Amino acid sequence: MDNLFLLFQAPPLALQLLIDGILIGAVFALAAYGLALVWGVMNIINVCQGEFVMLGGYVALHVARAGLSPFFGIPAAMIVLFAVGWLAYRLVIFRVVERDLFISLLATFGLSILLGQLMNLTFGANIESLDAHLGAWFFFDGIVTVAQIKVVALLVTLVIAGLLVAFMRRSRLGQAIRATAQNARAARILGVDTDRVYAMTYALNAAICGAAGALVAMIWVISPFGGLIYTVRSFMIVVLAGLGNLVGVIVAALGLGAAEQFVGFIFGAQFQVAFVFLALVAILVLRSWRLRRERRYLA
Amino acid sequence: MILAIARKAAPLALVALGIAAPFALPAFLVQLTFLWIMIVFALCWDILGGQMGYNSFGNIAFFGIGVYAATIVQIGLFQDVAAYTAAGGMQTINLTPTQYFTGLFVGLAAAPLLAAAVAVVLGLALLGLRGHYFAIATLGLGIAAGELAAAWSYLGGSSGVQVPVYPGSLESGRLLFYFLSAGLGVATFLSLRWLYATRFGLAINAIRDDEDKAEALGLRTTRYKVIAWCIGAVFLGIAGGLVGHIIGFIDPREVAFAGASFGVWMILMAILGGKGTLWGPVIGAVIFHGMRELFWTYLFGWQNVAMGVLIVVVVVFFPFGILGWLRRRYPQLFLRDAPAARAGAAE
Repeated sequence: MDNLFLLFQAPPLALQLLIDGILIGAVFALAAYGLALVWGVMNIINVCQGEFVMLGGYVALHVARAGLSPFFGIPAAMIVLFAVGWLAYRLVIFRVVERDLFISLLATFGLSILLGQLMNLTFGANIESLDAHLGAWFFFDGIVTVAQIKVVALLVTLVIAGLLVAFMRRSRLGQAIRATAQNARAARILGVDTDRVYAMTYALNAAICGAAGALVAMIWVISPFGGLIYTVRSFMIVVLAGLGNLVGVIVAALGLGAAEQFVGFIFGAQFQVAFVFLALVAILVLRSWRLRRERRYLA
Repeated sequence: MILAIARKAAPLALVALGIAAPFALPAFLVQLTFLWIMIVFALCWDILGGQMGYNSFGNIAFFGIGVYAATIVQIGLFQDVAAYTAAGGMQTINLTPTQYFTGLFVGLAAAPLLAAAVAVVLGLALLGLRGHYFAIATLGLGIAAGELAAAWSYLGGSSGVQVPVYPGSLESGRLLFYFLSAGLGVATFLSLRWLYATRFGLAINAIRDDEDKAEALGLRTTRYKVIAWCIGAVFLGIAGGLVGHIIGFIDPREVAFAGASFGVWMILMAILGGKGTLWGPVIGAVIFHGMRELFWTYLFGWQNVAMGVLIVVVVVFFPFGILGWLRRRYPQLFLRDAPAARAGAAE
C-alpha cells in the first residue's frame, strides 16, 4: 500500500503509469478486434487467440535474429500467422464452425494447449523479448520515460486498424464477411462462399494477432505459455465493449491497459496477472446481475 | 439374462479388483491411486458439465482449495503456519504419528467444508451466467485462484508448501492413500448414482434441457445449480487434500490449481467416456489415464503435445464419447427394464 501514497506524493509517476498503460492497451485492442471478428462472423470464441499472439512474437524474434530489422518482423508475423490460421481452419475449425458452442470453445482450447506445448518445444520455455534499438524520451527530469518503441507500436496499431476498417467497408471480401456475420444462410443463398469467408476471417484474425504479437515482443515479453492472458484480455475487452463496436473496443483496451499498470504498481507485480483474471470474473458477474433484474441472461 | 447377471456382478468384480490391485501391481501403486483421483475428477466435472449442461473450466479451483486447506490445517493444528511457510523448505516439520493422523483427518474434513463454502459464494455469483460466458468466467476463476495462491505469502507464495511426511514406512503410506482415494472414488460414484436417481437428478437434467422452462415450471433453478456445484466441490476438496499428501509438495500453479493439466483432463475424461452418463466419466478416466501413462512412457518430451492433439481429436471427432457412441449404435443395451422392451427395441 505504500506505493499508493507514493503516487500522491509524486503525480508524474501516475502519468508514467497512465502513458505506459495506454500504449500497451493499444496492442490489446488489436487482439480484441480479432477476437470480436471471429466471434461475430463465425460465432466462435477463439481461445487460442493468445497463442497466436505469442507465435507472432516468436516469428518477429526469429526474423530479427536472422539479421533483418525488427520492423520486418511485423509483416513477416502477419504472413506466417495468416498461413497458420488458414491451416488451423482447414484442419480443425471448419469442423466445429456450425456445431454446439461448447465444442468450438473446447476445440480452440485444445488448440491453445497444443500450440503452447509446440512453442515450448520449438523455442524453449524462457521468457524472451526483442530489442528494437530505439531510445526513449524523458520528461519531468527523467521521472516519466516514454520508450519510443511503444509510441511506434501505437502508430502501427492505428495503421492496421485503419486498414482493417477500410478492408471491411470497401473490399469485396470484407463485404462478404459482413454479410456472413449478419446472416450466414442468406449470404449463402446469395452466392457467398461462406466456407471461404470463414477461412479468410479466421486467417485474418490470426494475422492481426501476429502483428500484435510482434509488437508485444518488442515492447514487452513473450513466453510459450503466456498466451492465455491475452485471450482473457481480449475476451474481457469485447465483453465490455460489445460486439461490433470498434470505438468501444479501443476505449476498453486502453482502459484495461492503464488499470493493469496501476494495479501492478500499487499491489505489486505478482498481483497483475491475478487482477486480469479476477477483473474478468467480476465484469461478467456484474453484467449478469444487471441483466438478471430484467430476467435476461448473458448467453 | 446374461446382461442382467453382468449388471449385478460387475460392481462386485470391480470392488474386488480395486482391493486386489495394489497387492497385485505394487510397482504401479501411485498410478493406481491417481486413477481413483481421476475418476473423482471426471465424475465431479460431469455433475455440472454433463448432467446440468454448465460447462465449467474452473472446477480445479475447488480442488486447489482442498489441497491447501488440508495441509495448512494439518500443520496449523500443531505449528505456526506463517513461520513454516516463510522458511520455505528450510524448516522441517516433525509431527508425531498421533499428531499426523489427527491433523490428516481434521484437514481432510476441513477441505470439503471450505471448498463447499467457497462454491456457495461463487455459485451464487457465477451460475447466473450461461453458455460461453459461464465457461470463460470459470476459466478465469481457476487461473485467478492459482495466481492469488502464488502471490499469498501465508500459503508459501510461488515457492509452495512442503507437506508433512508420513510417519510410517513409504509403502504403508502409499497403501493408506491408495485406499483413501479408492474409498473416495467409490463414495463419489455411489453418491452420484443415488443423487441422479432422485428428484435432484431430474431437476438438474431439466436445467440442462431447458432452463427457462424448468424455471417456469416452478423449479428453484438457482438453488439446484448451487447445490450441484457444492456437491462437486465437496468431493474435489477431499480429492485435493489427498493429492497434496500423495505428491508431498504443493506448488500453486503446477499441483493445486493445475488448470492446464488436471483442470483440462477432467473435462476431457468426461467427454471421452460420454458426458451426461453415470459410467461414462469412469470409463473415460480409466482409458484416459492408461493413455496418459503410455504417452509419458513412450513419447517422452512430446507427451504434452500428444495431450493437446488428443483433446482436439476427441472434441472434434468424438464429442459424444464412448457411451454416447454405444448408445447410438446399440440402443437396446441401454433400456432399463424388462426383456420385452429390449425385444421391442430390437424389432
